[in-house]
Amino acid sequence: MQDFGQAFSLAFHLLWTADADLMEIIGLSLRVSLIAMAVSCAIALPIGAALGMSRFRGRGALIILLNAMMGLPPVVVGLCVYLMLSRAGPFGWLGLLYTPTAMIIAQSILITPIIAALSRQVIEDLHGEYAEQFRSMCVPVRTAIATLLWDARYSLLTVALAGFGRAVAEVGAVIIVGGNIDHLTRVMTTAIALETSKGDLALALALGMVLLLIALVINAGVMALRMTATRYSYA
Amino acid sequence: MLDTITRYEGRDAVGIDGADEPPVLPCDARGLCFEAGGELLIDHVDLKLGSGAVTVIMGPNGAGKTILVRLLHGMLEPSAGEILWGGRTLCEETRKRQAMVFQTPVLLRRSVEANIAFALRLHGENGHARCMQTLEEAGLADKARQPARLLSGGERQRLAIARALAADPEVLFLDEATASLDPGSVLAIEETVLSARDRGVKIIFITHDIGQARRLGDDIVFMHQGRIVERAPASEFFEHPASRAARDYLAGRIVL
Repeated sequence: MQDFGQAFSLAFHLLWTADADLMEIIGLSLRVSLIAMAVSCAIALPIGAALGMSRFRGRGALIILLNAMMGLPPVVVGLCVYLMLSRAGPFGWLGLLYTPTAMIIAQSILITPIIAALSRQVIEDLHGEYAEQFRSMCVPVRTAIATLLWDARYSLLTVALAGFGRAVAEVGAVIIVGGNIDHLTRVMTTAIALETSKGDLALALALGMVLLLIALVINAGVMALRMTATRYSYA
Repeated sequence: MLDTITRYEGRDAVGIDGADEPPVLPCDARGLCFEAGGELLIDHVDLKLGSGAVTVIMGPNGAGKTILVRLLHGMLEPSAGEILWGGRTLCEETRKRQAMVFQTPVLLRRSVEANIAFALRLHGENGHARCMQTLEEAGLADKARQPARLLSGGERQRLAIARALAADPEVLFLDEATASLDPGSVLAIEETVLSARDRGVKIIFITHDIGQARRLGDDIVFMHQGRIVERAPASEFFEHPASRAARDYLAGRIVL
């Protein structure tokens, strides 16, 4: 228990003094996960919108597949990306293995189905509301997709947050493709795993607290935004 | 049957903005049928609509009024028959020169002004001034920045009509657009509709309100069981309804 208490106090100290190593790890984690979220949103939101709006043969099966992919095992994704990016793999020539870019790719693959599946539901509900008016106004498909995405932006922000949460808390894939290299690919989750295995609980706890704090701040911010939007009937 | 109503001249072959576009009107629906779930909901309807004037479509619930209007507007595909607008089959260009207002207005989750701007952009128009002019005419200029979904029921419907009229349609369909609104809102909407008619917009108005049909209608189309059972100028229809169904309807009896 005493070790535990010491670890907590050390963790607070590291945070309070803005320890350089700690800040570097936090910065890289946020950068990798935010870029992964942005990339995934750019891919998944139009897919979700198109799937939410359209009716075609096999749509149900596609939705089931998409929903199932929300539970992609990170280590399997990591392994697949590793195989693709390793020297012997088809994209080995890019030299991306053990770089933050490889981690971004792995995280993007992990969260794209999550964002696509959740946004599909949001867009489908809104499209149910707008569809008749759109048909009457002869709204082109691209305009309809853009309109739905814009008008559902507050709900979609929550969807993006779900993707970010999954990305930032993920360890299995990034440790395989990033390699947890100090000052290069070490992020919060891989550092926590490493420091815990080394018995350095202070840094691990400090990183854990930062992870929780980030989740808390982002959730609170999005909730406040959504509440404001709901109050003014924009959501 | 009336072929055309000549009281209002309506628009000629020149489009709203002066471009040479073929006229949308007259509308000529022939042998129109619509079947759903094995039931014939629209049963061999023939209907001609001339330019200008307000055509009111009346009839008991389930008569097929809404389906007929949706068929005419191209929102539904007929099971049989054809619809010609200006002598041509209904195409997207023709549909873009029409607008429809539903009983429950569907407003975008945006500001009042943004709802108008959206409709204008679809027709290649932009500009705050144009939006504000439209809102002035609808009496909603002071609410331009307000979220559209916070408007009252009457204001929402006025906005929906203003949005429909923003792009200067040649034909405006209104499907029970004043149902469940207070008398003040109903009158405001009727004024807007009559003003649009005076500008040459063809109005096709579905209503159950007999008083409203008297106030607005230039000619009445009375439907029952998926068929048009009577069509006459408004004064003639209300004074001497020819069909038993129309007589029962106007007398407030159950229409069999």
